[in-house]
Formats: sequence, C-alpha cells, structure tokens
Amino acid sequence: MAAREPVKRHHSAVRLTHWLHALLLLGMIGSGLQIYLAYPHFGPRGEPYPVPNPWDGGGIPGWARLGGWLAGGLNWHFALAWPFVLSGLVYLGYLALSGEWRSLLFRPRDLRPALQMQLYYLRLRREHPPQGKHNALQKAAYTGIVALGAISALTGFAVYKPVQLAWLTALFGGYELARYWHFVAVWIFVAFTLLHVLLVLVVDPASLRAMITGWYRGRFPSHG
Amino acid sequence: MGEGGRVNRRDFLRLGLAAGPASLVAACGWTGGPLLEPRLKAFSRINDWVGEKILHSNSRLAREYPVSARTPDMQFPAYSISWNRHRQFPEVPADWGLEVGGLVRKPVRLTLSMLQAMPSVSYTVKHHCVEGWTAVASWTGVPVSAVIGMVEPLPTARYLRFDSFDSGYSNGWDLTSAMHPQTILAYARNDRPLPMARGAPLRLYSPVKLGYKMTKYLTAMTFTAERHGGYWEDQGYPWLGGV
Repeated sequence: MAAREPVKRHHSAVRLTHWLHALLLLGMIGSGLQIYLAYPHFGPRGEPYPVPNPWDGGGIPGWARLGGWLAGGLNWHFALAWPFVLSGLVYLGYLALSGEWRSLLFRPRDLRPALQMQLYYLRLRREHPPQGKHNALQKAAYTGIVALGAISALTGFAVYKPVQLAWLTALFGGYELARYWHFVAVWIFVAFTLLHVLLVLVVDPASLRAMITGWYRGRFPSHG
Repeated sequence: MGEGGRVNRRDFLRLGLAAGPASLVAACGWTGGPLLEPRLKAFSRINDWVGEKILHSNSRLAREYPVSARTPDMQFPAYSISWNRHRQFPEVPADWGLEVGGLVRKPVRLTLSMLQAMPSVSYTVKHHCVEGWTAVASWTGVPVSAVIGMVEPLPTARYLRFDSFDSGYSNGWDLTSAMHPQTILAYARNDRPLPMARGAPLRLYSPVKLGYKMTKYLTAMTFTAERHGGYWEDQGYPWLGGV
C-alpha cells in the first residue's frame, strides 16, 4: 500500500477519555460482579423476578472479579465511579464545545444512511454510501454507548441511594429493577466492546493507531 | 536471601520471577494489596461525606408500605455474630437497660418499660441489605431524636456509637441520620415484641441506612467527639451506609 498523508483524527481529550474509560470500565465491571455475588438474584426476598439471568445463583469466575470480597468490591466500585462519571462529562463537554458531536450524534436523518450502510455491509449494495467522519451505523453505535454509560451511572445512583434519590429509583421501576438494569448494562458493554474491537481489527486496524496517536494513516482518509 | 539480610542480584531476579505469577494469581478477586487497599478505604470517607452532606436530608422520609407487603418471616434473613459463630443467640444481661451517656448533660439509663411509655413511631418499610437484597417489615419504637432531646448532648458531641451484647458488635453513626424522624430504638416487629433473632430486647432501626448499621441487642448509646468505626466498618464496609 502506498504511503498516505496522515490525517488528524482524534483530539487528545477524546483519546485520553477513551482509554481511561476502557480501563475504568474494566474495574467497574470486575468490582460490580464481585458485589453482585453477595446476592446473585433479582427481585425482593421471597418474590424473585422472572427476569432472564444466566448468572442466577452465581457463576462469576475469580478472574473476572475485583475486590476479593463484598467490602473490597464496594470500595473499588465507589472509588472508580467518580473518575468514570467525570471522564464521561469531560468527553461530552469536549464534544459540545468543539462541535464534534455533529459527527457522532445519531439523529433521525441518519436512519436512511444507516439502512444503506447496512445494505452495503450485507453486500446488497455495491457502493459505500457517502459519509463524513463516521458512517451512520457508527454514529448509532457511538451514540448508543454514550447513552448506555449514562444509564449505567443513573441506575448506579438509583441503587446507591434508593431513599434519598427515590425519584430516580422510581424512574427505573424501583430498587430491584434498577439493580437489574444496572446488571444488564454490563453485558451490553461487554458485547459492544467485543464487537468494537473486532470491527476495528478486521475493517480498519489503522483506526486503532489513530486512537493512540491521534493521526490516521489508513484506507479511509476522506473520513477524517 | 544473601548474607546479612541483603538481597543480592540473583535473589532479586528470583523474587521477580516468583512475584510475576503470584501477582497474577492474586489478581483473581484482588483487593488492591497493601498499597491500594488503605487508599480505597480512605477514598470511601469522601463518599461518606458526599452521602451525609450532599445526598442525605432528614426531611426525606423512606416510603411506607401497606402491612400486606410484609416479607414472610422465613424469607427475611436475620443474623448476629453470636449465631454465626456458635449457633446460639446472645444472652440478655439479667439487669438489662440502655445506657445513654458520653458527652451529654443528663446521662440516663432506660429500661424497656420506660421506653415503651414514651411516644412511639410505627412504620412498614423496605430493608436494604448491603448484599443487595431487600425485604419489608413493620417496626415500632422510640425515635432516637426523642432520646437525644432527653439527654441534651454537649456541643463537643459529634458522633454516636451504639454498642450491643452480641460479641462486641457495634456501630458508629453520624448525628444527622440519628436525628432522622424514622431512626428509632425498636422494641417491636410486625406487631409483636422483638424476637431474639431480630435483636431483642431493643435494636436500632432506620430505613435510611443499610442493615449492618442497625445495631441489634443494644446496651449503650454513647455521644463521642471521635468517630467510632464498627464491627463491619472496621473491616472495610462503608462507614456511612446510608441509602
């Protein structure tokens, strides 16, 4: 492949918060699973909720946990929660101030291009649909993952202070359901991360380097 | 190790080779080790501060439930240190009474009949355990705020500590949540005298705290200038334990 002119793709604020979130998420999930094991069920005592849960009764391996025991897990979880939320706010603040949100936020007008992109991926359409920095499906994914982060933080607070923040807890259907949504978010995060890493490596490995150095030298420079 | 306790280069290499796999094994359920674990506990005090000063308000009451929402007794866990260790309930001292003292103007010793003669509060509320489960029960008792008014704490009193006759179980409390209108010295549960398994003859109850903060088998309520930890708190559980 011929050498290409590098294109500046990611601001340092984005790169920093991206990798910080990757690390914090790992710690939040590990400590969260440790906490979950203290009562690996959903629903009030005597009235378990009939919600799908392959980990009912436990089954979280040691390598996936952080904290060693319940109190250790809680202390990790509540210490990492603040940088997780703060780093999220820094990221959103950067997107808002730089105007970069325009290339990331999935809006109704992205629905059609998303369908076209899906058809292209399924090889039902020959040409790659025109796009800006990200295609419409990427926008949907990156908007969704930010929303998931917000839901994780909010359900977390709902479970943390179900009396003081009773309105928030009620918003998620009460303490027991908020705890369940908080748990479901973990598996969506895990699935997203696996797919995200797979797509980066298979479709555009140069974007990994761009997320580290900020400079993109890959196949799709026009998307910069 | 090298002579005279000095670590020579070869020992140092050996140490490194051993530490690699050892740290990997330790990573399974890693607590943070001697370096991070104390820092995590120190950070927990920041969360205590946020929980007490920003998120907590004594004008916010825990939601009350109808009596029909009570959790069946068999489903509502109960624990005590004595039961966990020896499979027997702690023994009530023959001359039982609640000593209310420390940094107060008028220390008092309250018997059960004295407490039962005071105006009482009853409610049916949700119990939040630190483990993540919840259950509903009704509780009756005297507001802690009424007892605080009775003994007149000194301005130097900044914290409360609750002691029990259950193998040294105790809890340190902030004065704010002790003054919460739903924080009570409970002597009845689900319309009956408090059973032995639930902390008879008198226990602390408060729907604005996690279960481990509600001292059972009470013997003393002491006003202090220094912050007392508690049985679980000293082992690493969050000190405030507010919900």
